[in-house]
Amino acid sequence: MLSSYLTLAAILFCIGLYGALVKRNAVVVLFSIELMLNAVNLNLIAFAKYGAAPSLTGHIFTLFTISVAAAEAAVGVAVLIALFRSRGTVNIDEFDEMRR
Amino acid sequence: MLHLDITGEFVAFFLLSVVMITGAVLTISLTKVVHMVVSLAAVFLGLAGMFVLLQAEFVAFVQVLIYTGAISILMIFGIMMTEHRAEGTDPVKPLHETLAAVAALSLFGLLFFAIRASDFPEPAPFPFGEDQTLEIGKLLYTGYLIPFELLSVLLTVAFIGAIALARKEAG
Repeated sequence: MLSSYLTLAAILFCIGLYGALVKRNAVVVLFSIELMLNAVNLNLIAFAKYGAAPSLTGHIFTLFTISVAAAEAAVGVAVLIALFRSRGTVNIDEFDEMRR
Repeated sequence: MLHLDITGEFVAFFLLSVVMITGAVLTISLTKVVHMVVSLAAVFLGLAGMFVLLQAEFVAFVQVLIYTGAISILMIFGIMMTEHRAEGTDPVKPLHETLAAVAALSLFGLLFFAIRASDFPEPAPFPFGEDQTLEIGKLLYTGYLIPFELLSVLLTVAFIGAIALARKEAG
């Protein structure tokens, strides 16, 4: 059963990775990052139950990941709103000041 | 080889994983951003179901509260404050898209073969079925006290920072 959970997490992670690499809308890139974080959480919980030494440490780590993801989403959305105010777009191809 | 013994856990796992993969694919492929959020919420709910299946009830409820509740709403706010009529259709760059697909697929192949090749030790029985919230609380306030407090500082800093960033500047 453990390998099924790990495979599902791998599928989710790869879908998220593809979205983060391909999508041009910055909000959608944030969605994809959330997908990848969720895949990691599934791995942590699966190992907490089916690992060699089951324990609650995986649950604690998942709680930490969820809180850090919440902070990341809040700051990400705030940065997007600030960028949208100054540039009028959320297309990540246009945010390239650092490259010039 | 796969050996399939149809148990309740397997059926629930199958249904939930169908929901999650469908939601994830739709999140990537739908055109309207608001529809994407709804399918992303389906993925989050499916993951909460997975957590219940893995006997992580407390984490499952935290997942529903934080992800399906807070983060989805936050994302909807993000959409509304930026381009709420945005279509996800972008100018397609075939080379870029192909390269990204190749990268994601090869990563998946690597992970899949690594998972298939490794043989996991037979798990010990999971001893925390009851009073799990109590045990998590004890762990948080003993062994993981310092990370826990640091996390509260991080959350405070992040949310004050988010308010400061998104606030309309005077004049």
